Amino acid sequence: VSARERNWTVRLREAGVRALPPERLLPDGQPAYMSSWIYIFGVLTIGALVIIIGSGVILGLKGPAWWHYTGIGHFFNSIHLWAVELFFFFMVIHLWGKFFMASWRGGRARTWMSGAISFLISIAAAFTGYVSQQNFDSQWIATQAKDGLNSTGVGAFFNVLNFGQMYTYHVLLLPVVVVGLVSAHILLVRRSGIVPPLPLPELLPALAVAASTAEAPETASAESAG
Amino acid sequence: MKRRRYSNTELNDLARHYDGPYKPYDLVKELCIAIAVVGALALLLTIFLSSPDESPSTIAQWSRQMPADFVTTAVSELDGTSDTAQYGPPYDNGPNAQIVWFVHLQSWLGVSHPINTAQDYVYGPLGAVTGDPGVRAATASYRAAPAKSQTTWTTNYTNALAKATVGRGDTLVVPPGNYGPVPTMMGALLALAQAGGLDGDLLTSSQFYQTDYTKPLLFMADGGLLAARAQQQHLLGEQWGMMNETGSYPGQVWLWLYTFWYQIAPFNSSPNADALVMLIMGFLSVCFILIPFIPGVRDIPRAIPIYRLIWRDYYREQRNTAAGGPGGASPGGGGGGPPVPAPPGPAGAATG
Repeated sequence: VSARERNWTVRLREAGVRALPPERLLPDGQPAYMSSWIYIFGVLTIGALVIIIGSGVILGLKGPAWWHYTGIGHFFNSIHLWAVELFFFFMVIHLWGKFFMASWRGGRARTWMSGAISFLISIAAAFTGYVSQQNFDSQWIATQAKDGLNSTGVGAFFNVLNFGQMYTYHVLLLPVVVVGLVSAHILLVRRSGIVPPLPLPELLPALAVAASTAEAPETASAESAG
Repeated sequence: MKRRRYSNTELNDLARHYDGPYKPYDLVKELCIAIAVVGALALLLTIFLSSPDESPSTIAQWSRQMPADFVTTAVSELDGTSDTAQYGPPYDNGPNAQIVWFVHLQSWLGVSHPINTAQDYVYGPLGAVTGDPGVRAATASYRAAPAKSQTTWTTNYTNALAKATVGRGDTLVVPPGNYGPVPTMMGALLALAQAGGLDGDLLTSSQFYQTDYTKPLLFMADGGLLAARAQQQHLLGEQWGMMNETGSYPGQVWLWLYTFWYQIAPFNSSPNADALVMLIMGFLSVCFILIPFIPGVRDIPRAIPIYRLIWRDYYREQRNTAAGGPGGASPGGGGGGPPVPAPPGPAGAATG
């Protein structure tokens, strides 16, 4: 084994390129079957996440109380709130769409699972935002939500009545997890590709006949990584 | 034509390959447009709808607006009958810790945020009152009294508070009775709260900077002000409150299923409802993640043919192919634009 082959950086780079060569990471073509409006909800979810993070960074830079006493602060809080509502709206449609496509087929279970976990962690991230608002909504949600969390023992180390702890979770810990999971989800999509359509059983015999009598056109071939 | 049902293994194998045509696509442009569209939507919603911001309640407001409720709550903290005093872990060793069968999840991690309701909400704040020897004497008298006398005083006083009237200066006027030193203690505590002192007292710890609102929030939650405001804002549990927002704004609507369980039996009356609902939601969440491996659930998409709508262009091409019509023999001839080379690996992908 050469020194170069023992180099951790080289090994990491080569493993990355093997798993996701540039043309697969950022392709300039998509399968022709990708022709439905349902496909835009994944990228819209990412778009909403970008707006959430952007508005959240501005709110974070000015501190948690800023938005209560300035018009511009309230404006960015509103952007943040509506981006969150849109984020979940788009993500839920994306999830239902992927469910009805049975998009876990062909070794794509990890893609589904990373998306599902992203959804659940996003709920926790949004929840910590609600209890970090420093208004009546926060007081009420925190005092109600404590019972569910305490009933499982989680309240012992995740205290929704502790503003400092919830704020840290909201502006740092959970966003890092969400962004990490969404990134992993996107990379898995890039690696495995979007799932091909479900086969129509009633067309199978006719297609077999057509394929045997017609000259196959030049097509691209692909293998699953899953 | 006889239909054949694909096995799960066959479906997986078929989905590993795509030998059809590709069409040009610009992922980066798509992402930029998505960000712009969502940004514009958020901006429009902000301009037309803004966002809610109901001021928080304080103990001072509570004690001024609802003095009888405040004192009733304070007495329940003193004699250990309040919700917090009876709660159990993580606040105390009260008897109301929730269990499911033999599973004591709430108690397993112990008391991590200890609260002694009598000390933290009554004795401690009263001990900080200076210049009033009568309050100190009353507190000492109460603490030195037998438990039976304490219970008699607090029970009598709590019953009398139902008939209390508000006197001058937001003081409480209670019918005469055998209350021991309790009225003196509660009068001082009410005055302290109405002056805003209790808000600070309950937040203070050994640190200068404070971020932990556990004590004041639990105290307020034992009383009626937060619940009264929540009812006006349709935020109570029986009003699907967990997914609602103040005003008419959409709240955490994605919690609809979690909220749903609290609306039906046995959860809407069970003392262990929170533990039961959390266990159910935990189980459903794991199932949600593991859908690809759950027979029956993973087959639902084939039973509800929404996929035929999603991929209708592709299937149209396939039918044309099967009929020997336009589209040739290639599966998936749909999509506009000139064909482009397929990327290496499996079927090319969108971000969605």
